[in-house]
Amino acid sequence: MGLTRTIGAATVDGLAYLGGLTRLAGGTTRAMFGELFRERKLPFGRAIHQGMAVGVKALPILSLISFFVGMILALQAAYELRRLGALQFVASAVAISVTRELGPLMTAILVIGRTGSAFAAELGTMKVNEEIDALETMALDPVRFLVVPKFIAMLVMMPCLTIWADTMGVMGGALFGVTNAGFTLGTYIHATMDALALRDIVTGLVKSVMFGVVITMVGCQEGFRTGLGSEEVGKSTTSAVVMSIFLTILVDLVFTMLFYFGVTG
Amino acid sequence: MNEQRKMVPDAKPEAIEVRNLRVAYGDREILHGVSFEVRTGETMVILGGSGSGKSTLLRTLAGLEQPSGGEIRIRGEDLQTLSRGGWHELRTRMGISFQSGALFGSMTVGENVALPLREHTKLDESTIDIMVRLKLEQVGLRGYEDYFPAQLSGGMKKRAAVARAMAMDPEILLFDEPSAGLDPIIAAGVDELLLKLKEAFKITIVVVTHELASAFLIADRMILVDKGCIVAVGTPAEMKASTQPRVRQFLDRVPEQEMAQEMDYLQILTGDVVPLRR
Repeated sequence: MGLTRTIGAATVDGLAYLGGLTRLAGGTTRAMFGELFRERKLPFGRAIHQGMAVGVKALPILSLISFFVGMILALQAAYELRRLGALQFVASAVAISVTRELGPLMTAILVIGRTGSAFAAELGTMKVNEEIDALETMALDPVRFLVVPKFIAMLVMMPCLTIWADTMGVMGGALFGVTNAGFTLGTYIHATMDALALRDIVTGLVKSVMFGVVITMVGCQEGFRTGLGSEEVGKSTTSAVVMSIFLTILVDLVFTMLFYFGVTG
Repeated sequence: MNEQRKMVPDAKPEAIEVRNLRVAYGDREILHGVSFEVRTGETMVILGGSGSGKSTLLRTLAGLEQPSGGEIRIRGEDLQTLSRGGWHELRTRMGISFQSGALFGSMTVGENVALPLREHTKLDESTIDIMVRLKLEQVGLRGYEDYFPAQLSGGMKKRAAVARAMAMDPEILLFDEPSAGLDPIIAAGVDELLLKLKEAFKITIVVVTHELASAFLIADRMILVDKGCIVAVGTPAEMKASTQPRVRQFLDRVPEQEMAQEMDYLQILTGDVVPLRR
């Protein structure tokens, strides 16, 4: 009975959390489009500022990580391909794995660590300092003022970062291919282009947009839910990271299944 | 309440009317049926000890907490039945200065003050700049437009918060603990600022504080809140002359007696029992 009750309570909490995320996402979308129809200026200045933080400043570390992941993939694939005498397929293996899965996923994990946590910490600190209350008393919608610029920045930056991560991942694979698999840089790129269909890249980009939505909503929701006291900000930040990683993987699974069954079914 | 009204014969229409207000956090009721009114142009000070419910009362007046019962009318408009547009309009006519100042740390002082003007008016940037300078001058912060809140002292932050609250020329100003955390000289400066604003703009001001010296200096009338109930309402002179034990204890700064029983202490903490000790 106790176990059933615990599972039931956890399920209700989980659904309530997802409901909160959905409500926040709906409110953010409504605020974003509402501004367009009301001919009020969208907060592009703040969105550009956020975009710099989300995207441009993440490029160096994202480049390194993606490059290394591409190399690791090439090395791992080469183990088996060498046994089968099919080392020339290393370029295809890296290209498909990176564009369909690891590029978007590694980008999302990095953005969760850098940006999702920062969203939660920023909004959590504002909550503790009564700045969010101050916005409400000034008749300013905190969602429009704080979440919409982050949302716009993420919607634009996640696909851009993912394309960059895909490119760097392929370059990482190319380093192995050129030094150990008999490719030149030109033939490696050519083999990569041959292996990729547009659908592979689009699949990854669709996922990256969905990851961006999840990371923004979880980070902002955790920030808004911050309790009183500075230690609560730390808790919100941790929750934002853990929950974002979990939901990103879940969304990844759902979309991978949709794409798989959409093609084979 | 009618008796209180009779005490001041030239009573103007009420800016704020609160009737039987109840506010609860979950199962725990913080305000147990509070009633009072604030007249247009007067400075009402809400006094009370820590945990008495005075900040909750102010937050409820500002629309940041939902009442579980009762009624609040601001300039005759019932907050419970106010539409979204009504709330929006009302909030542009009210200013609030929070205990911490609540200035946006990522914006300069000038941008903080300009924010409501940029969002709610169609004024051009040069006019907004002039208004920001005027507002900052009113609170003695001329020349601080480009400073960030982190670069200001505690008293200056409070003044900047007042300037932001005044940006839209509100009819009602709410202050949460304006002197908290300030040294006596800076606190006296903030009190002087409130008196100056009241004199110059005839604004209705509600101040929540537990600083007695400050309260007696700025108040036209005051309320003493204890454990979620109003125990006394009156002018500073009436409060000083009051013989109510709870008022005397608060004004004479008599410490609370040690709790003889564990349950008494628990009841104080939970605010479950609200007897007026006589």
